[in-house]
Amino acid sequence: MTASVETVTVKVLLFASYADWIGRDTVEVSLPAPATVSDLVRQLREEFPQADRLPTRPLSAINAVHATVDSPLREGDEVALLPPLAGG
Amino acid sequence: MSSPYLTEHPLDLASLLARVGASDRGGIASFVGLVRDHHAGREVKRLEYSAYAPMAEAECAVIVAEAETKWPVRVAISHRIGTLEVGEAAVAIAVAAPHRGEAFEACRYVIEELKRRVPIWKREWYADGSSDWVNPAGANAANAPEEVAIGAAGGRHG
Repeated sequence: MTASVETVTVKVLLFASYADWIGRDTVEVSLPAPATVSDLVRQLREEFPQADRLPTRPLSAINAVHATVDSPLREGDEVALLPPLAGG
Repeated sequence: MSSPYLTEHPLDLASLLARVGASDRGGIASFVGLVRDHHAGREVKRLEYSAYAPMAEAECAVIVAEAETKWPVRVAISHRIGTLEVGEAAVAIAVAAPHRGEAFEACRYVIEELKRRVPIWKREWYADGSSDWVNPAGANAANAPEEVAIGAAGGRHG
């Protein structure tokens, strides 16, 4: 066995306009650890050409709790990228 | 759906009023948000609401708990999901309190926090058949940083 770079794999949830742009509502992404929401957005932009419409600092949530772009990601996290909220 | 805050059915303000009313509460303030027939100069035919449901439910529960801690009130919220026609109610809030001042203050707090924190989106369908996702910050904000000071624990800066 060879030593591999440690990675963190998360499930990304996309909604509304973001889901439209990327063409799906869930994506699994593996990142070199340690990683933050900001790293995840950067990686999505690399993997999906359509993702270049995503803001570099979108609203986000980790496991259904509001997060920031600097929030750290853990293996198995469910990370939601939230378009501008429009409830009410 | 049996979820407490989101529903696919028409909203029923009367049932919200009944849920919060009690003999020691002298008043109920309510807010009902309706689907408007225009936005940014375009004629709107209908709206399609969607949500990140588990988080929306949790955030509504947190906002209710916050309001009920800040004021001596009981709060009920119901937000509609799905396709709504012009004039239909999208959100209804009822706040019962011993006195009207607390009821009005808490009701205002709940609707403002709901708009700021609860993950719900709406797509507008226009008279010409086209549609667009609504960004309350406006078109000029499209390239601006969209992260706001919600914070990981709902806390505020400063």
